[in-house]
Amino acid sequence: MADAIRLNNLTKKFGDFKAVNQINLSVKKGEIFAFLGPNGAGKSTTIKMLTTLLHPSEGSLLIDGNDVVKDQDAARKSFGVVFQDPSLDDDLTAYENMELHAILYDVPAKDLKPKVHELLKLVELEERVDAQVKTFSGGMKRRLEIARGLLHKPSVLFLDEPTLGLDTQTRRLLWDYVSRLSKENKMTIFFTTHYIEEAEQVADRIAVIDHGSIVALGTTKELAQKTNTKTLEDAYLALTGESLRDEAVSDKDNRIARMAARRRR
Amino acid sequence: MRQVYILWLRQLRKYFRSKSRIIGAIGQPLLFLLALGYGIGSVFKQAGQGDYIQFLVPGVIVQTILFASIFWGINVIFDRLWGFLKEMMVAPASRLKIFLGSVLGGATTAVLQGILVLVISFFLGFRPYSIPMLGVALIVICLIAIAVTSLGAGLGSVIDNIPGFQAINQFLIFPLYFLSSALYPLDSAPPVLRFIGNINPISYAVDALRATLINQSHFGLAKDFLVLGVIVVVLVAFGVDRFRRIEV
Repeated sequence: MADAIRLNNLTKKFGDFKAVNQINLSVKKGEIFAFLGPNGAGKSTTIKMLTTLLHPSEGSLLIDGNDVVKDQDAARKSFGVVFQDPSLDDDLTAYENMELHAILYDVPAKDLKPKVHELLKLVELEERVDAQVKTFSGGMKRRLEIARGLLHKPSVLFLDEPTLGLDTQTRRLLWDYVSRLSKENKMTIFFTTHYIEEAEQVADRIAVIDHGSIVALGTTKELAQKTNTKTLEDAYLALTGESLRDEAVSDKDNRIARMAARRRR
Repeated sequence: MRQVYILWLRQLRKYFRSKSRIIGAIGQPLLFLLALGYGIGSVFKQAGQGDYIQFLVPGVIVQTILFASIFWGINVIFDRLWGFLKEMMVAPASRLKIFLGSVLGGATTAVLQGILVLVISFFLGFRPYSIPMLGVALIVICLIAIAVTSLGAGLGSVIDNIPGFQAINQFLIFPLYFLSSALYPLDSAPPVLRFIGNINPISYAVDALRATLINQSHFGLAKDFLVLGVIVVVLVAFGVDRFRRIEV
């Protein structure tokens, strides 16, 4: 069977700086895959390339067999994404946000309404369907974004720090739900997180990225064996070191860094 | 088409949900109409220039559309700050459609404001010279709105902070507006003002509206439409180009 995600020699340069350097990776269909790494390691850059927000400098990416660079729109239809920061329109209602997404993704008009209600029910937001998103809590927004990401039946779901700032209950609910999606619908889940224990609990396989390269890849057990440690967290620290990173963390910082790199060129 | 429509609808939904924006947008032109219209009106008449309210209303309608349209561009910055831009950027819809839907939505809200000012001015004594020509005036209003909304969207794509956006607009739009034929006739203006007024595109927009609303024209309606057409093409091209290059 074809891989759900395939990266070949993926490289992204900003000026002289290689944010992502020759990454090769494949994720199987239905797999839950965790992508870990310290701040500034290249996680966000990789996710941005996978989601068509950035063009790779070299190499290729395939999602569900679609070339992300050459066949952008086909690739876009094959994945759903929940970004680290909310990407909803707060002035619109939950329904209107879903409706807009469905139409942008060419969901047939007759399926639209039942599908939106079905998904909102699934993430337990059915009662708030006509409320403006600005009245939602952080957890509700995240749930709405997941529902929205699933609206066009993607085969791959990208989750960038999906549990950041959520309470324990919501986090548990989210992972239960995501695991179910992968098991029952054979959906491939590709996520990043700073909570190592989450990766340990839900991921089938884990890749650790640092300084733009993959430094380890395997199951929790394999990574622990490889580094001679007991837990994934220890393995992770053994791989990436214990020094603190203060590279760009927010989108804005990334953009500033990019502009600075461009000026230097 | 569905995609352009839903993005257009999004802008209208947002607009009608923000009552303060509507009131704020009407307040300024109303102040101009009342203060200038009645304040300068009698002097204008004594100088043999006729009814100032008649003269002023087309200028103030252009003002309404101009400021509503350019400031709509701030929504591009908000979309970037609040993250919604990402949702649009990963969608399998062409950048051109996303731009057109949003800009047409913004332009529609500006046109609605312009029409509202026209209706209000009717109560202040303004009378258009011909009812059928109101249709042509509406076309002029739409062209101005589309051109300036595109400019606003283009600027909003380049500038990523709100104070910067406001500063550029104060610097660009206010002088252009005050140095156009919106508030005074170019015939009797001093040579320098007349020169600037003659090369100022806003003068042609005002003139087109004056020609269609009160049958008074400085340049001639044909020339007005020619200049307006060029402005629309140039500004839409600018907006599309800048919007395409946006990075989130």
